[in-house]
Amino acid sequence: MHSDEKDWSLIIKPRGNIFELNLEELWHYRDLVWLLVKRDFVSFYKQTIFGPIWFFIQPIFTTIIFVLVFGNLAGFSTDGLPQPLFYMTNIVAWNYFADCINKTSTVFKDNAQIFGKVYFPRLIMPFSIVISNLVRFGVQFILLIIMIAYYILFRGYHPNFTWYLLLYPVMIVLMAALGLGAGMIISAMTTKYRDLSFLVSFGVQLYMYITPIIYPLSSFPAKYKKIALLNPMSPIVEGMRLGLLGKGDLTMGTFIYTVVIVLAILTMGIIIFNKVEKTFVDTV
Amino acid sequence: MSTAIKVEDLSKVYHLGEIGTGTLSRDIERWWALLRGKEDPFLRLGESNDRTKKGESNIVYSLKDISFDIQQGDAVGVIGRNGAGKSTLLKILSRVTSPTKGNIYVKGRIASLLEVGTGFHPELTGRENIYLNGTILGMRKKEIDRRLDEIIDFSGIERYIDTPVKRYSSGMYVRLAFAVAAHLISEILIVDEVLAVGDAEFQKKCLGKMGEVSKGQGRTVLFVSHNMHMIQKLCNTCLYLKEGSLLMHRDTQGVIGAYLNNKTFQSSVVFENEENNTHLLGFIKRVDIKTLNGQNIDEIPVGMPWKLVVQFKLLKDFPEFRIASGIVTSQEMPLWTVWSSPSDIKAGIYTAEFIYNKIFLSTGTFSLNIGLSTRANSIQYLENCCNLNISSASEVTLDPQIYKTEHTGSIINATEVTIF
Repeated sequence: MHSDEKDWSLIIKPRGNIFELNLEELWHYRDLVWLLVKRDFVSFYKQTIFGPIWFFIQPIFTTIIFVLVFGNLAGFSTDGLPQPLFYMTNIVAWNYFADCINKTSTVFKDNAQIFGKVYFPRLIMPFSIVISNLVRFGVQFILLIIMIAYYILFRGYHPNFTWYLLLYPVMIVLMAALGLGAGMIISAMTTKYRDLSFLVSFGVQLYMYITPIIYPLSSFPAKYKKIALLNPMSPIVEGMRLGLLGKGDLTMGTFIYTVVIVLAILTMGIIIFNKVEKTFVDTV
Repeated sequence: MSTAIKVEDLSKVYHLGEIGTGTLSRDIERWWALLRGKEDPFLRLGESNDRTKKGESNIVYSLKDISFDIQQGDAVGVIGRNGAGKSTLLKILSRVTSPTKGNIYVKGRIASLLEVGTGFHPELTGRENIYLNGTILGMRKKEIDRRLDEIIDFSGIERYIDTPVKRYSSGMYVRLAFAVAAHLISEILIVDEVLAVGDAEFQKKCLGKMGEVSKGQGRTVLFVSHNMHMIQKLCNTCLYLKEGSLLMHRDTQGVIGAYLNNKTFQSSVVFENEENNTHLLGFIKRVDIKTLNGQNIDEIPVGMPWKLVVQFKLLKDFPEFRIASGIVTSQEMPLWTVWSSPSDIKAGIYTAEFIYNKIFLSTGTFSLNIGLSTRANSIQYLENCCNLNISSASEVTLDPQIYKTEHTGSIINATEVTIF
């Protein structure tokens, strides 16, 4: 009926193309991302005594426990690296991934109230979660830098910085993208089945044990290593350790494999998320 | 003038009991039951929702083939009973949910206010929440920067603007939230019944602002309300929805008239459960509000006489039996009580009529209390047994707040009063 669709600034249709992604609109709402990040950060430490220091406490205690249990009692290898450095590098990285996936996977449930009352591109929410967690990651990263500096200055640790250091930020982006993609896929499914959200929180915990967090990939026997490398998080964690501490098991092959998998999951996540966001208000 | 919103064959379907029950275990249970050829154990959950009773399927049309155009600068009221599809229409227009069928063409930015204060965070200060709420509603940060002073000024809570909103009173909260909403930059404003909160002074301010928005700035406003008085004041045209269909789209006066005549009767209350009354020796069976010629009426145009008809049953003979009815304001303040003269009465079913042609109530909702008693003892006393709606939509086009009664008072200081 309307040949001249350009006359209208907005057309509301039953269901858009699943590949339709309105980037212009997303860009319009960029201020919202920033304000949501700020909200998360400020509300985290309001009315606490230690404020942002809480960001430090969790990785410090986890590192201590890991050193005691896995390093000393179980005697796991740490690739010749000082145990606290090895564990903390991994924990800080894993925390970021786990937070991204946990928070993103409940995004529809957590924001049902807002989503039911006002429209904005729903992708804004998962993006803001990933960025908020990046702030938290940044704070914990400072702690990690302090630790490394301490080891260099007082413990005679010889740093092994190479060009691989540039891999570190790349791996952060990959990790964020993986958490975001997987989280969005799960979030779309949890709108229908609440059961999944219970599965996610402990699923992520278990996932940590099959990822080289408490042990290095190099401690795997060769025949299991192939299986361990199917996990896209393995090369990411190894790559981050390689960049920062100079020890990690990463090849061009595993790197490319991870990039492909991450992109696939992210694309799938965005498509599924976009499809669900249109009608989820009716199902929640 | 050009068209701002064009709606074509819009339908919205809700599937009842088909979209999954919410948990995986229940879906599996249902699938297992169907597999064994048994009844769907969860289907009944949905069926009770089927208001319109289109029995044969579990599909409910919340909106069905609606088409209309809205001109730029129009203030359009959307009226209809609960479940008529008003909220669904607004939700689709605000893009909170998407239609099942049909297209909507929109010219200009839409700002929708289905709720005030969406996304307010209790820990953040008023100022921070202005930014957060404003951006959620689609403004850019620099647009808010420019209007910040105006927003704070409109809210009237300047003193607390840097206090976390969790310390605000609910009134302050609403003021702040509406102030943000009132300053949205958009060509089209969609407002659900959100003005019911807030004090009278602020409501007036908001109404003024909304009037200004549609008349002064040439913005298009869509407004849902059950308050005919507000609709009449604000809107020049109205959409009248009934059971998901568009019944009428024309000037406000005509639509409101049709709406008031067409409504089914909520003013009739039947007390069915006799078992609940086993401890009583007499009880009220049914209460109706009617016009003087016996038609049930939901909203009584202000100034029109009406009557209250009460059917009651007495299980034994009562000496000096009386029935009383009282009108109470929504704030529980008693206004008027009438008693029948005492009479000896035998067991049986009776009907009593109270005719109200001498009391002038202004626009609003009142509730009715009804009591049965003998001289010494109460038999039954029903509080708030029925709502009485006095509507501002009268045939007379007078200001609904001013009426002529038989007994006029004398004006003491005539210089301060203008009489039309």
